Amino acid sequence: MIRYALLRLATALPTLLLLVTLSFFLMRLAPGGPFDGERSLPPQIEASLRAEFHLDEPLPRQYLRYLGGLLRGDLGPSFQYQGFRVRELIAAGLPVSLTLGMCAMALALLLGGAAGIAASLRPGRALDQGLMSLAMLGISVPSYVVGPLLVLLFAVLLRWLPAGGWEPGRWSDLLLPVVALALPQIAAIARLLRGSMLEVLRQPYIRTARAKGLPESRVVLVHALKPALLPVISYLGPATAGLITGSVVVEQVFDLPGIGRYFVQGALNRDYTLVLGVVLFYGATIVLFNFLVDLLYGLINPRLRQS
Amino acid sequence: MFRIRYGLFWALCLIAVLSNATELQLGNGNEPETLDPHRAEGVSASNIVRDLFEGLTSVEAGAAVRPAAAKNWEVSSDGLEYLFRLREGLRWSNGEAVQAEDFVAGLRRSVDPATGSAYAQMLIVIAGAESVIAERQPIEQLAVAALDAQTLHIRLQVPTPHFLGLLSHPSTFPIHRPSLQRWGRDFARPGRLVSNGAYTLESWTPQSSIRLKRNRYYWNDAQTAIDTVVYRPSEDSNTELKRYRASELDVTYEIPLQQAPWLRQNYGRDLHVAGYLGTYFYGFNCSRPPFKDNPKLRRALALAVDRQVIVDKVMNGLALPSYSLLPPGLSGYTPQRPVWADWSREQRLAEARRLYAEAGYSAQRPLEVELRYNTHEDHKRIATVVAAMWKQWLGVRTRLLNEEFKVFIQNRNLRKITQLFRAVWIADYDDPTAFTDILHSNHGQNDMAYNNSEYDSLLAQAAAEVDPSRRRGHLAQAEQLLLRDQPVLPIYTYTSKHLVKPWVQGWQDNPLDIHYSKDLRIVGRPAEAAR
Amino acid sequence: MSASAGGLWSALRRDSGALAAAVLLSLLLLLILLGPLLSPYAVDSIDFDADWAQPPQWAGQHWFGTDGLGRDLFVRSLEGGRVSLLVGIAATAVSLLIGVAYGAIAGYFGGRLDELMMRAVDILYALPFLFLVILLMVLFGREFWLVFVAIGAINWLDMARIVRGETLALKQREFVLAARASGLGDFSILWGQILPNLLGTVAVVATLTVPQVILTESFLSFLGLGVQEPATSWGALVNDGAREMERTPWTLLLPAGLLALALLCLNRVGDALSDALDRGAD
Repeated sequence: MIRYALLRLATALPTLLLLVTLSFFLMRLAPGGPFDGERSLPPQIEASLRAEFHLDEPLPRQYLRYLGGLLRGDLGPSFQYQGFRVRELIAAGLPVSLTLGMCAMALALLLGGAAGIAASLRPGRALDQGLMSLAMLGISVPSYVVGPLLVLLFAVLLRWLPAGGWEPGRWSDLLLPVVALALPQIAAIARLLRGSMLEVLRQPYIRTARAKGLPESRVVLVHALKPALLPVISYLGPATAGLITGSVVVEQVFDLPGIGRYFVQGALNRDYTLVLGVVLFYGATIVLFNFLVDLLYGLINPRLRQS
Repeated sequence: MFRIRYGLFWALCLIAVLSNATELQLGNGNEPETLDPHRAEGVSASNIVRDLFEGLTSVEAGAAVRPAAAKNWEVSSDGLEYLFRLREGLRWSNGEAVQAEDFVAGLRRSVDPATGSAYAQMLIVIAGAESVIAERQPIEQLAVAALDAQTLHIRLQVPTPHFLGLLSHPSTFPIHRPSLQRWGRDFARPGRLVSNGAYTLESWTPQSSIRLKRNRYYWNDAQTAIDTVVYRPSEDSNTELKRYRASELDVTYEIPLQQAPWLRQNYGRDLHVAGYLGTYFYGFNCSRPPFKDNPKLRRALALAVDRQVIVDKVMNGLALPSYSLLPPGLSGYTPQRPVWADWSREQRLAEARRLYAEAGYSAQRPLEVELRYNTHEDHKRIATVVAAMWKQWLGVRTRLLNEEFKVFIQNRNLRKITQLFRAVWIADYDDPTAFTDILHSNHGQNDMAYNNSEYDSLLAQAAAEVDPSRRRGHLAQAEQLLLRDQPVLPIYTYTSKHLVKPWVQGWQDNPLDIHYSKDLRIVGRPAEAAR
Repeated sequence: MSASAGGLWSALRRDSGALAAAVLLSLLLLLILLGPLLSPYAVDSIDFDADWAQPPQWAGQHWFGTDGLGRDLFVRSLEGGRVSLLVGIAATAVSLLIGVAYGAIAGYFGGRLDELMMRAVDILYALPFLFLVILLMVLFGREFWLVFVAIGAINWLDMARIVRGETLALKQREFVLAARASGLGDFSILWGQILPNLLGTVAVVATLTVPQVILTESFLSFLGLGVQEPATSWGALVNDGAREMERTPWTLLLPAGLLALALLCLNRVGDALSDALDRGAD
């Protein structure tokens, strides 16, 4: 187990290196530079700006300089937000994005789980059909459609919740974005769990448990749920990735000061270091989650642990 | 006696503040790139910098120049020498005295190529600036000097009627030299930034808010009504509008075009729309086919754009039809107007078809042209409509190309592959040359590659002219050449557009769209709206 | 585990919900292909003097109303549907091509090669691919074929994993062993014995990939990175509609409805097929 964990961690490094390298050169190949704007700069002034950010050096040298910075834990200066380091910008956005992502994940597990179990108890009945139709709708309607509709309804018409923005500690700010972000994942988890519950409930040992006279709730929630959770757990990796990409849109729709907003803006502004920083951060998050998911999977699934 | 009254006054102020601390929430477009006055470029950054710092002059609503940090000034008869006297007792936000030397340092810093200011080019009217920028001469060559702690002398290269207005621009603001020395270019952050304006920087949370609080050391602090100003970035005007409607903002940065009719009905009294010194136009690349040496074709296309349709239906009335690069509203100058501007659509189309045929195109041999614009909803809508007009009225086949902003800008500057492209020009100062200069054959902004020596020499004559009416005459002649040659296809004149809550008082629309928070006050805001 | 295409079809016929979805999907396809012929309007024509943004109506033959620029929304919605489905199918084809070849080779040859190829897939899985696609789209212009390739390049990973697993199972089967015994070469076995038996699985995965791809394309369009005007796609239409949903709700609801309907039907059919496939495995 420990050997496996170490092995996984060892593959994480080349993954991230590949990611950084790809993004680095992709950005630099793109036409236009960070200092092109509607107002064209005199060449002397542009030259001095480029020198300030070492953009006048040959590309391989810049790449090595960036990697060297990474080793020291430095993501470099932002070109766009002068005077800010990329590390600071990510740190500023992190609480927002993290809270958003965690809440959405918790909500997705909770609601998706409940719906999945409820639907699996009486397959084919009205409750099952209703829940599954909703779930199908959930994975079919994109979050950028749900987001504006939620704002229209709850913030503008009913005035129950803020339309957007973020004040630290104001929890009502989070409600709509979390729901918009979680909806597709709720639907996906509900569908997954229903499927695996149905399969587990067909197994002989469940019949044995029932025959022994154990209460139905215990049979479902303890004996059946634990193995049925396996596919849900292995889905958590992709779910994290989904939440991260979703947050780019949701942060835009709700004007949240998270990390996702930096990504698109950074790419448009040719803020090379900012984009690299965000991509690297996201990559590391996904790698970390996949790793944790694998560990969790191993802990729950005894067969894998033995092998 | 005086001291007692003074103390009493402060005590009253304090009571007033404690009992009724006011906060103003302003929508502010994109996240500002910096609050360094000499490196700030965008409108959102300049808005904040104008609250934090104060230049020698400021621009009154209605664009009149008024004294700010300068108490008064003298100008020599040839229009080249300026002598400014600062107010007594000016202080930085940390209590230190503001000196003429701080303004010298500010101007030098802006012009110095090492700073990388986008506006260095604008200050080229100051003697010595050109050689500092182009030839890397030492910055001390700039003809700006402090005669003593209170007196500042500036010598210009050419007489520049709008120079006093220029001195209200952030790039001319003073700098607190000890901060710059201590922090280098990272001085413009909370806890470090020392400013001389009505407000000081309290906090900055990127993508969320920038909070300013009143500067007790500001010379006119007694007149400041609002204690805290919060600038809130918003990349999407629809999102901003939603926050305004939820009363989370007192003033918006802009309004979404498509919502204009609805807003007129429902928020009519909050809506502030006013003329703005900016022109939206399409540029022809005059150095490449099909537009090279082809003014007839350029005119045909210009005639076949119904600007009223675009203004009414695409811009929803938030713009004015434009027929010349120079917008109305420039002080002391009325733009030229082509005769066909007043024709009916049929007349214009008949003339357009005649020119189109003369240029050698027909239904059998239609013009095929590429129209470039950068990815943005409004540019897309206008380009789509213009292409439909040309297709339905002339039979032109237009290929719309939307490019990402940086790619677009680069292509436009290179002038190698462009044919027809979106462009915009916003005046940095109130003078016709703010517009005419960009078509000079040497100007960095001349993406049209317009090259007319007659035009260049008219601009040179205007620059050397001290007499205002003769100067105006040269500029009007130059503008006529633009109408004849049509290197640009003007589409609309900008308006400034904001929603302002009824409890915000002192808001005055003006052609430069400059609003100082110190001139605003909040009266009678309902309690539930104040979050 | 390898169900034949005919078996899948009969399974579909037994599931009434899925059958309804399939019928609905065919009708939608028909509408998308033939609908624009019924309307007198072209996709980019504007009546400059009429009111723009008209609500749906029979009288003016604007059955879906007009969009914010006075263009007929019925024609545009269907044109958008063509583009979205085209992207869906083309990008799925790209991911099929890569995924099947990759997975079949890894599964069939096994051993070190398999381990190496699957390790590479693991690494690629961990990349936030959509971000690279956004980067690609932002930076390298709006070439339409790039959309197919870029989206296809994200989606082949799932396909490769599934196909590899399937191939691993198939290569132990008698007919493959027999073919090998009779001296057939590796590639002719892959082509002649393995691939035909992968078809069922591949078809099912493909049905579920198409809606994913359409969703991805609409996401890119939402960010303003999609097709060039005056061409359009469902994502672009929904994006335009969302800006004006208060004033002209039909510009959001109608294209969004079509998009949701298409995705719903595709997902429903794909689900039924994969259920049938799983049952075949039991």
